Amino acid sequence: LRKNVEDFTGPRERSDLGFVTFDITADILNGKNGLQTIFDWNVKQLFLYLSAEYSTKNNALNQVVLWDKIMLRGDNPRLFLKDMKSKYFFFDDGNGLKGNRNVTLTLSWNVVPNAGILPLVTGSGHVSVPFPDTYETTKSY
Amino acid sequence: SGSMEPAFHRGDLLFLTNRIEDPIRVGEIVVFRIEGREIPIVHRVLKIHEKQNGDIKFLTKGDNNAVDDRGLYKRGQHWLEKKDVVGRARGFVPYIGIVTILMNDYPKFKYAVLFLLGLFVLVHRE
Repeated sequence: LRKNVEDFTGPRERSDLGFVTFDITADILNGKNGLQTIFDWNVKQLFLYLSAEYSTKNNALNQVVLWDKIMLRGDNPRLFLKDMKSKYFFFDDGNGLKGNRNVTLTLSWNVVPNAGILPLVTGSGHVSVPFPDTYETTKSY
Repeated sequence: SGSMEPAFHRGDLLFLTNRIEDPIRVGEIVVFRIEGREIPIVHRVLKIHEKQNGDIKFLTKGDNNAVDDRGLYKRGQHWLEKKDVVGRARGFVPYIGIVTILMNDYPKFKYAVLFLLGLFVLVHRE
């Protein structure tokens, strides 16, 4: 998982906009069944999402989903993605990304059963993405 | 509607909780109402900004929609707040609601169902 540059453009009040490029290598398993495949008889799909979590002066907790994917029963529960760009704009509510060293990226998923409970699971393993102290003015994304 | 497919379809029955103390976090499926509109919407939380004192503003999006829900919110409204939340989806049963939908859309079907239920009750009275 890698970090990228930061740009200062915003359609609404000027807020920090972060650009992150990332790789994801993951194996989705069912921890309860001794690490068997997640797709048992009652799992219809997984809603996977990569989220960034961080604190700023304005807000004690911020969470932003950068990327998501629906994995259907029958798909391979392994991910091997490289050089992915964020699907959604990573706007902060203010200017809290500048110089923020504690932005953590985590992969989580919502297990959607054929019928029953909808649990949210967080993957083990996360990466810290430190943002630079300066803004980029050229669009090098 | 189809905005949460393929997870949920029109007619699925959702089980909700609404504990105020449950924190709102990304990835969760919330049921919310937009001020002035009757019909609640069931979508996923995409973004949250929470202050130290617990005040939170968040953004939602339907899994099957290309864009987030800002276009659905009231004019000038960019975020949802705790007060807009009606419940949190914790579980579901598929297709059961289709019976209610059919009964609403086709009155003859409703009468048939009621008639059959009535027969059932009569036949099973001890």
